[in-house]
Amino acid sequence: MMSTEKAYIDLFKTHEALIKRTCGPVMNTPRAVAMDAFTSLGFPTSRQEAYRDCDLGPALERDYGMNLQRLSIPVDPHQVFSCDVPNLSTLLYFVVNDQFYAGNSASRLPEGVLCGSLNALSQSHEAVLAPYYNKLAASSKDGMAAFNTAFAQDGFVLYVPKGVVLEKPIQVINILRAPEDMLVQRRVLVILEKGAQATLLFCDHALSANNLFANQVIELFVDEDARLSFYELEMNHPQTTRVSHAFASVSTRANLLMNTVTLNNGFTRNNTSVRFEGEHAEVSLSGIVLAETGQFVDNHVEVDHALPHCVSNQLYKYVLDGEAGGIFAGSIMVRKDAQKTAAYQSNKNLCGPQAKMRARPQLEIYADDVKCSHGSATGQMDENALFYLRSRGISEKEARLLMKYAFTTDVIDTISLEPLKDRMRMLVEKRFRGELARCAGCSAAYCH
Amino acid sequence: MLLEIKNLHASIEGKEILRGVNLTVNEGEIHAIMGPNGSGKSTLSAVLAGHPSFEVTEGEVWFKGKNLLELSPEDRSREGLFLSFQYPVEIPGVSMTNFLRTALNEHHKYRGEEPPTAAEFLKIMREKRAVVELESKLANRSVNEGFSGGEKKRNEIFQMAMLEPSLAILDETDSGLDIDALRIVAQGVNKFKSPDNATILITHYQRLLEYIVPDLVHVLYQGRIVRSAGKELAMELESKGYDWIKQETAE
Repeated sequence: MMSTEKAYIDLFKTHEALIKRTCGPVMNTPRAVAMDAFTSLGFPTSRQEAYRDCDLGPALERDYGMNLQRLSIPVDPHQVFSCDVPNLSTLLYFVVNDQFYAGNSASRLPEGVLCGSLNALSQSHEAVLAPYYNKLAASSKDGMAAFNTAFAQDGFVLYVPKGVVLEKPIQVINILRAPEDMLVQRRVLVILEKGAQATLLFCDHALSANNLFANQVIELFVDEDARLSFYELEMNHPQTTRVSHAFASVSTRANLLMNTVTLNNGFTRNNTSVRFEGEHAEVSLSGIVLAETGQFVDNHVEVDHALPHCVSNQLYKYVLDGEAGGIFAGSIMVRKDAQKTAAYQSNKNLCGPQAKMRARPQLEIYADDVKCSHGSATGQMDENALFYLRSRGISEKEARLLMKYAFTTDVIDTISLEPLKDRMRMLVEKRFRGELARCAGCSAAYCH
Repeated sequence: MLLEIKNLHASIEGKEILRGVNLTVNEGEIHAIMGPNGSGKSTLSAVLAGHPSFEVTEGEVWFKGKNLLELSPEDRSREGLFLSFQYPVEIPGVSMTNFLRTALNEHHKYRGEEPPTAAEFLKIMREKRAVVELESKLANRSVNEGFSGGEKKRNEIFQMAMLEPSLAILDETDSGLDIDALRIVAQGVNKFKSPDNATILITHYQRLLEYIVPDLVHVLYQGRIVRSAGKELAMELESKGYDWIKQETAE
């Protein structure tokens, strides 16, 4: 066992009581098994196929603080942060580091909906949440997920009971802000019962300029006929490391849309793993990555078709400038009984001459009556198109910007929420113009 | 004098294509440059527009008193040079409206003028589109994406009408056009004509010249203008072909 893991294993042993102190059985019960799993799996290394060229080593070897004592957050996020979303009225919540911000104003939600602190609600509504918590993450073969389960103390939960439709999108701002280098274990649980509908938007913002490591596990349960739209927007800075595991279980005729946008980051590894638990379900997974020198983004997507008549779509686009690094590894598994599956995957990348993009599309089909396609293309900007734009009086800089922006539009078009689509267009354009040192409309800049 | 080309030599990947072109174009004139395939017609237009693949090895080009060869492609456009592409490029994701708005704004900015308001811009678009009978739905699409050959060429003339250049170079705008599209394109070019601007038509058929009457016809052959005359030269080329020119040049 490497010393890095050992330090955390020892930390867990020494402080197990402390970790468990503020939490209830839902979060505490799986810890021991998770710790065993972590002890045997360890942290991922670039020797493993799934982490080839994605070296978490340097980020993990750093010495971080963890807020195991659950010291209260010395900041009112409403004061340091206001993310005005034009024309997008959302129910706004904050998670600061890995703690739900209790000062969130109470929102009017339909009866029976649970929305807020995972820790608090898993204690007050143990019977409701216990059947779901860690049910998807537990089988992960990735040490990072077990690492999270062992240490996680809070995060966000949304539970929407049968037939309830949440009209307003729910926006959760994940703030990273710490006086010293810090590692946080964020945990998200989303449950949509039969026929329920919800839209969630998570925005990651790092507000202090030190080394911040966010290890996140998300579990999504989309029951029969339910519809979930799940958007993530990362706007961190080059000193942040984000490792995210999203596990989704999608039931009969359910619909899941996931869209992950990396606008600004340091080192990012997003794992998305979807399993169909019923027939006639549909999943759309998409992402945009914009990165430049000093930034690295790895999207790892797995879609498992074990049942017939399901549809999955993947569309990921990267724009890499400078010496940015990018990986897209997407796999589609169509098992023997998954007849009439329609599974598509497309990855396109626009790279500058110094950028490094690696694409690993994978398709395994064991059923014979299916429609599947996958493709990946990495290229540089079309010089003829560039000249065409310039010949009309558009400056080279502006022309490049137009082309990059154009490259991302079909992914933005997958966003079903109109105001969010508009906002995303604006953010992407601002980012390309270099005007996105901070979130547009935010009153808080990065700490100095 | 609008354009003066003096002894222009240009090459691509070390291969010399233009070998001493001389040409003078004045305001109010329409010039036709004809010549067999491979004589350097498209290279001449690309070099004038500033295509980075071509290297000018010798000679000068003056445009409205400025050294054209020192200007970036975008500044050539802003100075009033326009190239209608033989093969207009498809640019998925860039809408026609956004593209033209950006271009027009940059032109205004260059001249130190206020760009048109959104309402003014849409009005200009509508007017100019009518000139080339371009359907409004095409203006909502991405640049040239899914346009037919004729629509692409009409779209070039539409862009010309939007940008109001002082010199328009039409590179084989007639190729691949049916008779209706040809008429529409010609109509656009004729409407554009004024005493202050000029047009260079690059073509190897006389067909377009039935609709647009040139003041001067030049024959480009082996990278040089080997003959210049009035519009009657085009007729002569149509009936006799290029062989006699080739023979004369060889002598």
